[in-house]
Amino acid sequence: MATPSALKRISDTVWELPRGYKEGMLVPARIFATEKLIREMDAGVFDQVTNVACLPGIVNYAYCMPDGHWGYGFPIGGMAAFDPATGVISPGGIGFDINCGMRLITTSLTLDEVRPRLKELVDMLFYRVPSGVGSTGFLRLSQDEFRDVIEEGSGWCLKKGFAWPEDIELTEERGCFEGADSSKASRKAVERGFDQVGTLGSGNHYCEIQVARPENVFDREKAEAFGFTLPNQIAVMFHCGSRGFGHQVATDYLQSFLKVMEPKYGIKVRDRELACAPFHSKEGQDYFAAMKCAANMAFANRQMILYLIRGVFSEIFRRSPEDLGMNMVYDVTHNTAKLEDHTIDKKKTRLLVHRKGATRAFAPGMEGIPERYKKTGQPVIIGGSMETGSYLLAGVESGAEAFYTTAHGSGRTMSRHQAKRMYRGSSLQHDMEERGIYVRSVTWGGLAEEAGAAYKSIDEVVEATELAGLSRRVLRLTPIGNIKG
Amino acid sequence: MPYRYLGEIATADVAFEATGNSLEEAFAAAAEATLNVMIEEPERIERRESIDVELENDDLEMLLFDFLNELVYYKDSKKLLLRVDEVKIEVEGRFRLRAKLSGEMIDPMKHPLGADVKAVTLHRFSLLRSGDGWTATAVLDI
Repeated sequence: MATPSALKRISDTVWELPRGYKEGMLVPARIFATEKLIREMDAGVFDQVTNVACLPGIVNYAYCMPDGHWGYGFPIGGMAAFDPATGVISPGGIGFDINCGMRLITTSLTLDEVRPRLKELVDMLFYRVPSGVGSTGFLRLSQDEFRDVIEEGSGWCLKKGFAWPEDIELTEERGCFEGADSSKASRKAVERGFDQVGTLGSGNHYCEIQVARPENVFDREKAEAFGFTLPNQIAVMFHCGSRGFGHQVATDYLQSFLKVMEPKYGIKVRDRELACAPFHSKEGQDYFAAMKCAANMAFANRQMILYLIRGVFSEIFRRSPEDLGMNMVYDVTHNTAKLEDHTIDKKKTRLLVHRKGATRAFAPGMEGIPERYKKTGQPVIIGGSMETGSYLLAGVESGAEAFYTTAHGSGRTMSRHQAKRMYRGSSLQHDMEERGIYVRSVTWGGLAEEAGAAYKSIDEVVEATELAGLSRRVLRLTPIGNIKG
Repeated sequence: MPYRYLGEIATADVAFEATGNSLEEAFAAAAEATLNVMIEEPERIERRESIDVELENDDLEMLLFDFLNELVYYKDSKKLLLRVDEVKIEVEGRFRLRAKLSGEMIDPMKHPLGADVKAVTLHRFSLLRSGDGWTATAVLDI
């Protein structure tokens, strides 16, 4: 694909589109990528990241990570920080699936122990963890109880016995965005989500059994600190978000911002998906409080799925989850806006950081990461395609250049439509099984859409983040079992 | 129903173009295109429950956006897969839509499931006159 001629190479892995590229840009745009990845990037990325650079109050640059591809408003992989006093908040900088994120857990099992039971495990996970259109969770909550869930997040699960105390400690924001106010979420949003706590969803959401092979450990010390101590140790990784509740919160505020943005606040945007409101306005604050509810729904959702996964392993191996060492490594969010302190011109500055399909990657010693990871830096969980592999990385000091943000996954290069034309779900399942990966999916079409070749190379993306100084590799995880919505 | 999916404008999601000789037909076709992303073979949906929808908007395009969002809302909140029986659009100061939808609850044993539609997006969303009729284009986040 052709890159814009105005694209300047700043270093091997940093590319810039200057302010003059588009009328109205307040800051330049910066994209982190290797030469190969920048050449493969779709044109939408360049257009969208420079639209973001036009938003009021943006600080330094509009950024895009190496796994970037076009999204709605912001590109996927987009990140932008705003001055909370003069800047905006935009649902298009967060995404419809608020706090879509990744959770990784270890086990004390090895490949030799799991391989003979793999089919049983995957089949039971497939039946126990609800997925697909219309699925509901096992919790029978009233809408009022659901309002407690979205204000308390993982803390609600702990209170009800569905979490271990260290699960909370090992979740970004300790599993709860402070200041969530359920009165800012619409009745429709609650109705869409109150029975979906503990469901995976569909699309690119999945739960995967993985193995950490000794040759794929890049940093032994950090790997051990993150809980990987055995050769061929088994881990479970899953990806999902705030389900219908979060999607409706985003839709509601997209509509409400469109109505007030120009008449009331005089803000014009280049794309309706970038609808926004001043962060300090009533509309902006209402959305921020509702977005936090959706983020908490996603934390509770992933916590309930963890509870189900622990139950399945315990039943198959007839040992308690504690005995099976089913400990959380970490839980990271992808689609959020957060107030964070960063250093600008040597001054500590509070910023509203939007990350959309991008992961926070705090460096060693920073506040906001669990005590046990103060020396290693924050774990970063990068999900690859179901055929290739995933990574565990760690945040580094040089990440300051991008407000401590890194990639979130491999990023699609082939449309779902094209993938479905090129692959058949049933034969893909068969081929993968021959290669030692047992996969179950609600739909054949959905499986075909997630074929490995539809994604960028995860190795290339992760290498780009390392070369750009955004995060460092700790280990690579290889899939052996996968359930897909 | 006259609609087709557009592979090239949505890498990670689903885009469609729906057409009709009248505004009402285009709205109904867009609804069916949205439904057919959630499940295959929408023609097998039995009309067991019916829902009346009334919507108003100053902007005709946004009225279609609201209408498609209703289908997504009923899919999650009531687990209903809905087809359009009747739709009427009038101008009474604002654009006003009245529709009768009917269908049944999602049953994975009966309806081959597709993708869970998270949201209707405004990315390249349009409703335009084309010749004697109307063409709607939408991208769904899945």
